[in-house]
Amino acid sequence: MIDLKLYKKLAGAEGDFVLDVALHIPAHSILGIMGPSGAGKTSILKMIAGLLTPEQGEITVNGKTWYHAGQSVYTKPQHRSVGYVFQDYSLFPNMSLRENLLFALGKDRNQQIVDEILDMMGLQALEHRKPDRISGGQRQRVALARAIVRHPEILLLDEPFAALDKTMRYRLQEDLKLLHQKFNTTTILVSHDPAEIVRLAQNLAVIERGKIIAMGRPSQLLTTLKSDVFEGEVMYIDTDNNEIIATSGHFIQAFPRQAATTALQPGDQIRVSADGLIVRKKE
Amino acid sequence: MELNFDPFLLSLKLAFITTCFLFVIGILITYFIYFYTGRLKPVLKALVSLPLVLPPTVLGYYLLIFFRPEGWVGQISESLFGLRLVFSFPGLVIGSVIFSLPFMVNPILSAIENLPVHYREAAYTLGKSNWITLTKVLLPNAKHSVVVGLVMTFAHTIGEFGVILMIGGNIPGETRVASIAIYDEVEMLNYTNAHTYALILLIFSFAVLMAVYLYQGNKSRQII
Repeated sequence: MIDLKLYKKLAGAEGDFVLDVALHIPAHSILGIMGPSGAGKTSILKMIAGLLTPEQGEITVNGKTWYHAGQSVYTKPQHRSVGYVFQDYSLFPNMSLRENLLFALGKDRNQQIVDEILDMMGLQALEHRKPDRISGGQRQRVALARAIVRHPEILLLDEPFAALDKTMRYRLQEDLKLLHQKFNTTTILVSHDPAEIVRLAQNLAVIERGKIIAMGRPSQLLTTLKSDVFEGEVMYIDTDNNEIIATSGHFIQAFPRQAATTALQPGDQIRVSADGLIVRKKE
Repeated sequence: MELNFDPFLLSLKLAFITTCFLFVIGILITYFIYFYTGRLKPVLKALVSLPLVLPPTVLGYYLLIFFRPEGWVGQISESLFGLRLVFSFPGLVIGSVIFSLPFMVNPILSAIENLPVHYREAAYTLGKSNWITLTKVLLPNAKHSVVVGLVMTFAHTIGEFGVILMIGGNIPGETRVASIAIYDEVEMLNYTNAHTYALILLIFSFAVLMAVYLYQGNKSRQII
């Protein structure tokens, strides 16, 4: 069980804003976090891992306080039981896949788990290769394996599959499911992909400019809120029906044209906020 | 006058010992500066880089003041180890270590500062200390800069003149290194010997720089 209250001023592309969130994550569950770029999603993960310090708040994981501003409690990242998968994988290029996992495991632990995980992820044939000699999907598998090998109390995934194609993404999602079934690690998954969230997460928090604007079951939330978190590119303007057709990842959505957005052109980046207002994003 | 190669052997010995010391000291200083997050970081970096811009005579002068038997470093050294630091080989080693410090520290520091910050963060989340992060993750991924630092330190020590003249003088077999020998030969109007010594140093320095650039060139291609 994880309880978070985080408060910190952050600098965003569209000016400074305050990250102010409170989250309760039940043990062994997967929480999805969605929201536009620069909303503070990665900052939340980094604060949990201890890589970024909040100004106020507290972080309690399974009864242990990792951070408490009022009581001046701060646990170093090295002493937090966290598995972190970065957007860019961050495998160590000087080590083979196996060495990456052994390094993560530490010297005094039973190495059998490394073989088990390599086998489970179908990586045994590649175990002596360096990270630059394998594909993106394989790299992400290793990053997942490396994060889980120490049996962390919490697994933090920062858009882990964003750089992969659809087929590979699906396979990796299955791998993650498998790992979650085996290790039951409480997980936070930051993603831009609604399908991924629905497939994997039991809960979803939608974040915009540092605030949680919606929280609930992903399938429910994404149907009711589907346009609230839309961020994408204008494909074309349908003047017959007076609609803006826009694309975001694998999704295409139509929005009614508004007086303020008549100047929109195909190729423009837009964001549709909770009240249906279409805003053109600055390049 | 007969050509004597002892100054070259002495230069090589000094460069080798200086490089060995600086390998250890350079990594310790890199560790300290890289992980230090206080406001004094620019001061630390400036101190390390000072020998790059300081006239060697200035550094040599201060070392002379500290190293002389009346100076506090000289006194400590004499009373603890019975070691005289001015006009002696151990004094040259200490002077060279200080003078060549930026040639070792700067390439390594700049290389690890340019590595993705995620390497360090990933190591932290895997429970690794700063020291393990530096020695097992950061330095191995900045290996070619460590090699460049070692080679440049060695070459720079071979070419040292001002500091050595100030604190070492010109004692054959003790402080008369190659660069000093050239100066000495010119003073005595032995231009033939001076030519030979100078040409050897010129070829050596050029070869070292060529090797460094070839090595760096190959590595950057490999990395990309």
